Amino acid sequence: MSSLFSLLSYPFIQNAFLAGTCIAIVAAVTGYFLLLRGLTFAGHALPNIGFAGAAGAVLLGLDPLLGLLAFTIGAAIGIGLLGRNLRERDLAIGILMTFALALGLLFLSLYNGYAERVYSILFGTILGISRLDVLLSFGVSLLILASILLLFRPLLFSSYDPEVAAARGVPVRLLAIAFLVLVALTIAIAVQIVGALLVFTLLVGPAATAGRLALRPATVILLAVLLGLLYTWLGILLAVISGTIPVSFFIAFLSFVVYLPVRFGIGGFRRQRPASSPISRQASAN
Amino acid sequence: MSTQHNQRAISLHLASERPSSPEADPGAGTTPAAIIELEGVSVCLGGRTILQEVTFNIRPGEFIAVLGPNGAGKSTLLKVLLGLIKPSAGRVRIFGQAPRRGNQLIGYAPQHRTLEGALSLRARDLVGFGLDGHRWGPGWFISGRRRRQAIIEEALAEVDALELADMPVALLSGGEQQRLLIAQALLSQPRLLLLDEPLSNLDISHEQEIIALIARLCRARGMTVLLVSHDVNPLLPVIDRVLYLARGHAAIGRPEQVITSSTLSALYGAPVEVVEALGRLFVVGVDI
Repeated sequence: MSSLFSLLSYPFIQNAFLAGTCIAIVAAVTGYFLLLRGLTFAGHALPNIGFAGAAGAVLLGLDPLLGLLAFTIGAAIGIGLLGRNLRERDLAIGILMTFALALGLLFLSLYNGYAERVYSILFGTILGISRLDVLLSFGVSLLILASILLLFRPLLFSSYDPEVAAARGVPVRLLAIAFLVLVALTIAIAVQIVGALLVFTLLVGPAATAGRLALRPATVILLAVLLGLLYTWLGILLAVISGTIPVSFFIAFLSFVVYLPVRFGIGGFRRQRPASSPISRQASAN
Repeated sequence: MSTQHNQRAISLHLASERPSSPEADPGAGTTPAAIIELEGVSVCLGGRTILQEVTFNIRPGEFIAVLGPNGAGKSTLLKVLLGLIKPSAGRVRIFGQAPRRGNQLIGYAPQHRTLEGALSLRARDLVGFGLDGHRWGPGWFISGRRRRQAIIEEALAEVDALELADMPVALLSGGEQQRLLIAQALLSQPRLLLLDEPLSNLDISHEQEIIALIARLCRARGMTVLLVSHDVNPLLPVIDRVLYLARGHAAIGRPEQVITSSTLSALYGAPVEVVEALGRLFVVGVDI
């Protein structure tokens, strides 16, 4: 136990906790809207596309985060422009994603050097998170949260009912693109700890579970943030204790283990309705 | 049919609540000028002509059924009125002005489909979108929260759905969801209500409830209603006129004038027979 405390006193582990906290909060909030807008596949594809950018940047001798940011934001704008036809959009995203993964593979095979930076982009690491990374995560998180707060009502409205929202004067398409850029930024800061392959866990897991437990949008978001924090803190702690297993495994594992009983067990109360609403009474009288 | 037409479901108990809109209202007080004017309006979408030189006027307080086969441009017409689609030719005037997005005088409920994510949304949240869903910011810290809830509950009560206020939207039936969408559309105190297929996916008893509700709102508020439907029969007792769209053309008039073999044959450009049987009107001879 005392050795655990001495482990936690290491600056890089404290940095992982601080950055992880920012990431968990932002990922849960953007993840809620991602689910609402039926963009979960985009949430899966964006980090993979970002991986290609990161690999390309490594090949060119640039910071992989720059390449990741360029590719995810570019793809986010592209997906936002694709419009609302779900089936066509997901097809286009799928083809774009596999192409990006192929590019990433090409960049990796062309790169002769030590590819550890690329692997850490793929799987994440709690090692080597600097104080600067923490500050960067904090700043970007504040920016994302402030933007979501500003866009909150029109974003919620257009997520549920884009047609009426457009008729009421909400700039629906612009909002769709702005939101996906915020998702791209979220992914960019989250990748350093959870990695491109498992960012999806933090984006979708907490919001999916919270959406089955709470009724009001604000409550769902709050619950998603709490779950995200729980997964991230516990995940980092377990990764520190285990020493070799990456944190992304533990976060994904916890997310799965909590979602499972919520999906199939409790949450059944949601399917009940009051015994006699006036309308159902009328209907049965007819 | 004309005797049916007189059995209008008029309910006046809400007349005292008739909203006094501070915004432009050229029709009030004076002779009822047209609230909607279309002159030679054509709409092309993706190289296909949807509407072709459509001309008609609609007066304040009229209850209009918009009829026609699939793809005749019924939904497109509503979107033109909402300013969501620009006509390629012609002139459109609503309340004497060009159509524009975000016009508070128009309430709109689009063709309904069940929303997957609506589980974590209560009826009152959905209706509340009509009040301030288009405003920036989260709206959590505004001072008039209690007043906001009162307005939402008033709208819910008006569509007989107050008991559903805290229910998740996804658990409600098609008819109940339709009530909520109408309540949402009513929140900006519109003078014109555009309803796209509000009767689809409803069983007969719920269909009658929704029609009675819309007719009551139309008469009590003096609100103009355009209701898109694929079947005129349940609407015949309550509507003033029908707007029939086919092949991009439009015919408007009282049901007994428009829904006739000669008018519809001219509109479709093909022989069409209107048959009255079992107290209902049937249009036969074309794919409708």
